[in-house]
Amino acid sequence: MKTLASTGATSPLPPWQYTRARIAAITREAPGVQTYALAIDEPERDRLLASQPGQFNMVYLPGIGEAAISIASAPGEHPILHTVRAVGNVTNHLAGMTVDDELLLRGPYGNPWPLQELVGADLIIAAGGVGLASVRAAICQAVVNRQYFGRVAVLFGAKTPADLFYQADCEAWQAAGIDVEHIVDQPCDGWNGPTGFVHQLLADQPMTAATAIITCGPEAMMRALATAAFARGLPPDRFWLSMERNMHCAAGFCGLCQFGSEFVCKDGPVFRHDQIARFLEVHQL
Amino acid sequence: MPDTPAFWISEADLQRLFDCLRAAGFQTVAPQVRDGAVIYDRLDEAAGLPHGLVDEQDGGYYRLTQHPDAGPFEHVAGPHSLKNFLFPPQETIQQWRRQEGSWQQLNTQTAPEALAVIGPRACDLAALAIQDRVFLEGDFVDPFYQARRERLFLVAINCRRAAATCFCHSMNCGPEVTAGYDLLLTPVDKRYVVEIGSAAGEQIAQQLRAEATLCTPADLTLARKVSQTLAEQMATRPHTPVRRALTTAEGTPASTQPDAAPVPRSLDTENIRDLLFDNLQADRWDEIASRCLSCGNCTMVCPTCFCSSVQEVADLAGDEVTRERHWASCFTLEHSQIHGENPRPTTAAQYRQWLTHKLAGWIDQFGSSGCTGCGRCITWCPVGIDLTEEVAAIREEAS
Ligand SMILES: Cc1cc2nc3c(=O)[nH]c(=O)nc-3n(C[C@H](O)[C@H](O)[C@H](O)COP(=O)(O)OP(=O)(O)OC[C@H]3O[C@@H](n4cnc5c(N)ncnc54)[C@H](O)[C@@H]3O)c2cc1C
Ligand code: SF4
Ligand code: SF4
Repeated sequence: MKTLASTGATSPLPPWQYTRARIAAITREAPGVQTYALAIDEPERDRLLASQPGQFNMVYLPGIGEAAISIASAPGEHPILHTVRAVGNVTNHLAGMTVDDELLLRGPYGNPWPLQELVGADLIIAAGGVGLASVRAAICQAVVNRQYFGRVAVLFGAKTPADLFYQADCEAWQAAGIDVEHIVDQPCDGWNGPTGFVHQLLADQPMTAATAIITCGPEAMMRALATAAFARGLPPDRFWLSMERNMHCAAGFCGLCQFGSEFVCKDGPVFRHDQIARFLEVHQL
Repeated sequence: MPDTPAFWISEADLQRLFDCLRAAGFQTVAPQVRDGAVIYDRLDEAAGLPHGLVDEQDGGYYRLTQHPDAGPFEHVAGPHSLKNFLFPPQETIQQWRRQEGSWQQLNTQTAPEALAVIGPRACDLAALAIQDRVFLEGDFVDPFYQARRERLFLVAINCRRAAATCFCHSMNCGPEVTAGYDLLLTPVDKRYVVEIGSAAGEQIAQQLRAEATLCTPADLTLARKVSQTLAEQMATRPHTPVRRALTTAEGTPASTQPDAAPVPRSLDTENIRDLLFDNLQADRWDEIASRCLSCGNCTMVCPTCFCSSVQEVADLAGDEVTRERHWASCFTLEHSQIHGENPRPTTAAQYRQWLTHKLAGWIDQFGSSGCTGCGRCITWCPVGIDLTEEVAAIREEAS
């Protein structure tokens, strides 16, 4: 089987060892969502860059707190990109920071998207809201290794057209032979695209024996997508999703991210649907 | 350490044990009475041990009673465990200072004191082994736990009585201490057989043994008999917990009635992982929630619960930062708080998380149950919720 480019083994920074990072650039993506390009200090730079698509870093602002943030940039790419929605303590403070400010990072953590396993597959990459950040590195890898995949589609849903982001990326992905589809549930004047939720975009996608889905977004969105995909005959072991839970250590000590038997930080965040199906079907687990 | 001979010490020799440990550079920690319960804290004098006291325990019930004949170790599990010392309720994990816009980590961490804990039981050593798997044997090592663990000396004690809340026999965690100690004391009448479990234990034993009588094989048989007798007693207690009325006619929990005869506990662990994971939607969870206060006491006293959260403590300018790690409880909303929704907002979901993690998820995560059968969560639950009873009820509902 083809070994995909830039899928390196990681040796993450253990808890609680950090590397310094400086904000090299900030891009406004959508209301409340910004992408931070982080230039990482030398000594540990290689460890941070040896990530795999779907992994995350812990972003630490001393005195404020720490948050798990997906690595949006492709493995090895420097500066590292983190796309963050301001929702609380850390993410709001981050939104108030400026270029050249310093923050601390540790990572990369977690179980990545199984791209190597999916060589030859027809990939459907579905994201809701800021969940697109978690699949961005996977899309980049599919672009670089385009010939090793069949059909590749990116389905991206957001609340309003203003909440759609990575527009330049989307154009580049399309140019690289990837089908990029957008949907919003609150359209505005001038919106010509479809209205509704991400799973509705699935209807127009061919579903073959080679199809595999990877998805990240709100849990309700991922559940609806799974239901729609399984109804079209996709076996649950061809569906991967990235779960989100509270986490303070990212190393399996703090216990906060537990989901059934799983620690989302180290057994996930990426799970194959059939492996957690018995937990997914339970309300308030 | 089969080659190093066991020997006898008397109750009067216990002070020498404390002295030898301190001379070897350990701070001694031992059981003692505080606020009506046997807890663990620093102790230098054997006279401070809980001599002549027995702990009566039941759901939501703990009383110390005087028994003139009782030795200093007649009590069983109290509210503290080794967790309090290796993974303390609150600890500083880091300090940072901002200088000219850049964060410097302050090197304020000093090596922890070497502790010698006198008194842990079989269930306590089992709990320690479980926490070792969490903090030392995974993909990452917790440096704070590790530093304390490496400096720990354990003088374990074999129990010769069990409380009604004890069910270590069901969990294969006791009552006999079989491994994981430096020294092991087995009370036989008013004396103790001392056995050696490590090289560090042998060093202390060498000093203690000087004036002591060595054990004959018959003496060791006598020591083994203590645990055997207790194990037999526990095994012949009723297997299925008797269902108690939850409240008396007056509305006070039955278990707080001192004259209600305590029911000895046991737990049927057969297929328990699948039993719980197949019954995540059982009605019983809601029924438990009608009694559970979500106080989290059970998670605080449990010797294996390991959840924690990290808090930032900053000065006003935000330039001096201390990070504190605290015990966390799955009975709080903060535990699972993420943006958007709270995954476990109800008491039913929280209790289910606690019980299924302890008895089912733990098996997948760490290859063993997360419960040692120490009974602490039963005793210290203010409303006497009893996990053995709840598992039996779920089993009944499922059948
Ligand atoms: C693996 C993983 C990858 C992730 N990747 C990304 C990413 O790429 N981009 C991104 O933007 N996010 C990502 N997240 C989500 C991010 O980690 C969370 O949003 C995180 O909570 C943000 O931290 P915060 O300190 O800003 O928010 P917090 O302060 O933790 O607040 C989060 C929410 O909880 C509420 N809240 C906080 N405390 C309380 C309280 N006491 N009572 C009631 N409500 C409260 C806040 O109002 C807010 O809505 C990821 C999460 C995981 C697990
Ligand atoms: S769950 Fe209860 S009985 Fe089991 S180890 Fe924890 S406190 Fe002890
Ligand atoms: S089970 Fe008991 S101790 Fe545990 S949270 Fe509920 S009321 Fe508190």
